[in-house]
Amino acid sequence: MSRHAFNFHRFIAIVLKEFIQMRRDRVTFAMMVGIPMVQLILFGYAINSNPKHLPTAVYAADNSPFSRDIIWALRNSSYFDITREAHRAADIKQWLAEGTIQFAVTVPVDFSRQLLRGEKPDLLIEADATDPAAVGYASATISQLVTSVLNRDLTGPLAKLRAGGTPFNLIAHQHYNPESITQYNIVPGLMGVMLTMTMIIITGLAITRERERGTMENLLSTPAHPGEVIIGKIIPYIMVGYVQVFLILVASKFLFDVPMLGSVPLLVALTFLFIVANLAVGITFSTIAKNQLQAVQMAFFFFLPSLLLSGYMFPFRGMPGWAQNIGECLPLTHFLRVVRGILLKGNGITECVPDLWPIALFVAVILTIGIKRYRQTLD
Amino acid sequence: METSAFAIDVCGVTKKFGSRTVVNDIAMQVRPGEIYGFLGPNGSGKTTFLRMLCGLLKPDAGSGHCLGLDFRTESSEIKKRVGYMTQKFSFYEDLTIEENLDFIARLYAVPQRKNAVEKSLARLGMVERRRQLAGTLSGGWKQRLALAACLIHGPQLLLLDEPTAGVDPKARRDFWEEIHKLAADGLTFLITTHYMDEAERCHRLGYIAYGNLLAHGTVAEVVRSAGLTTWEVTGSNLPALAEKVRHRPGVEQVVAFGTALHVSGRDAEKLRLSLAPFMGNEHHWTQIDSGLEDVFISLMETAKDNFS
Repeated sequence: MSRHAFNFHRFIAIVLKEFIQMRRDRVTFAMMVGIPMVQLILFGYAINSNPKHLPTAVYAADNSPFSRDIIWALRNSSYFDITREAHRAADIKQWLAEGTIQFAVTVPVDFSRQLLRGEKPDLLIEADATDPAAVGYASATISQLVTSVLNRDLTGPLAKLRAGGTPFNLIAHQHYNPESITQYNIVPGLMGVMLTMTMIIITGLAITRERERGTMENLLSTPAHPGEVIIGKIIPYIMVGYVQVFLILVASKFLFDVPMLGSVPLLVALTFLFIVANLAVGITFSTIAKNQLQAVQMAFFFFLPSLLLSGYMFPFRGMPGWAQNIGECLPLTHFLRVVRGILLKGNGITECVPDLWPIALFVAVILTIGIKRYRQTLD
Repeated sequence: METSAFAIDVCGVTKKFGSRTVVNDIAMQVRPGEIYGFLGPNGSGKTTFLRMLCGLLKPDAGSGHCLGLDFRTESSEIKKRVGYMTQKFSFYEDLTIEENLDFIARLYAVPQRKNAVEKSLARLGMVERRRQLAGTLSGGWKQRLALAACLIHGPQLLLLDEPTAGVDPKARRDFWEEIHKLAADGLTFLITTHYMDEAERCHRLGYIAYGNLLAHGTVAEVVRSAGLTTWEVTGSNLPALAEKVRHRPGVEQVVAFGTALHVSGRDAEKLRLSLAPFMGNEHHWTQIDSGLEDVFISLMETAKDNFS
């Protein structure tokens, strides 16, 4: 019995050995400290579920003191940043589709005349509601904001207009997702998230595994060209990626009734660029990682900001500028815009271009690093 | 293109990792059909030299030919004609024997691939086990599979890096039988090993330490060139005798071989004078031919003094 009792010296021996090994694996050690730090910073500072300073366009067809005051009030509220002024109604439609603005306020032609006659003119507020969380709070404030501004203007003989509730008729259009169904936003986005996760981890592992098991040395001693090795290893995973895309599209359609306004073949084609971007990250990680564990850790290190800063989980425009800048560098951010744009907004290739070139640039940069680090020889 | 009568004909081969010279100015000539044994302590540069020959590493200096091709500039052509067997088993453990052979055959674009794989399986005696995962094979079988995979594209030169490490004596003997048969058919071998019995089965040897080629030639030539004199002593209390003899002038090594002690030195006369006081009735002394192992240990000791 006593022979099998818990022995303190043996226990200490194991503990010490674990610490020594932990210290030797510097990447793992860095990740153990780095990942909590990244999480802390991202959750602590970057994430905000009550987004403010949303880019807003104004189309003031009626250039009156009233409309100027409305614009001024919006500008002064912390929710809206007037970034553009439209001269045609079509401008607004295009900007919403591109995603360059979140809100648009249209003051119709004879707004002030109708207002003064007590005819309750329409004030049109349009929102890009693909992500319902991004517009909820701001939408709620608009009516109150405009009313309080006009009430201040409607003084003296005009005060009687203030009597019957709001002196205007607020028409709010929640474009692309009028019922604010969260799934419409989350489910197509999941496609990007899944591809990011599997593509990076799988390629990272596939190449480090060859090195870890010593089979890479054998492969390099054959006439196989590095390009043949890399591309040959990637193709099967591109197919895996497309299986995932297919599954999510089928589920979106039949389980979640996600609208598919745009061209699905276009989406499938553009997805290729995104898959390539993730594979490039995986390959580059695998040239840096010494073993499979490190490859997984690096993948996680990349995945975490992708998930949090891309606008997948939290509204992109709710984040502070520095976090948005990081987000703009990540391919997932742009891919989410492409997916949501095509499926929910019915966008075509033209509206997607602004999000395609950043992904292409990302691929170019990452692949350059990867190829520089890829060793054809064992040097 | 200059055609060489040698399968391997290189000189001045040098490789540095940072400031450390791992292979220093090595020249080597191996004739077609020859089995060249490459010996040396661990970390002496044997593997690095093999890797340079098959294009896995770029040499920092050196020139020459491998199978008539410039080994510095034509490594992709050399790869097609060379089989390289790594020290560690480096085929896919999660592929079957047949799948591994088929994969390698495809990489080398072997004509009539199916046929070649079939032949290779038959030769290995693995026809019935073809669907067995390579990872489940024993050490001896893994090594046979690795050899078969190296041979599938019909190479002219095989570079084998410690092919028999961890393999049992019977499998080792079979392996060498196979090597000799293949060499008789004209295949050239460069084999690294730590086993003296294997070294003695090679046509010629090279001994490398600290990146320098210290001796080369046939077994007899290497032994002769070392100029070592060895005495064998048997009797009682040998460990105590070993301690007394070890530091006498002219004694370079004292090694226990079972119940005997080998005492060697390069200066025969000095050695004899030093040992004379111990040649009493208690022990039985005979002068013997130095063995390869005595020679290599002597070379290694000298090298340590010169290069470390």
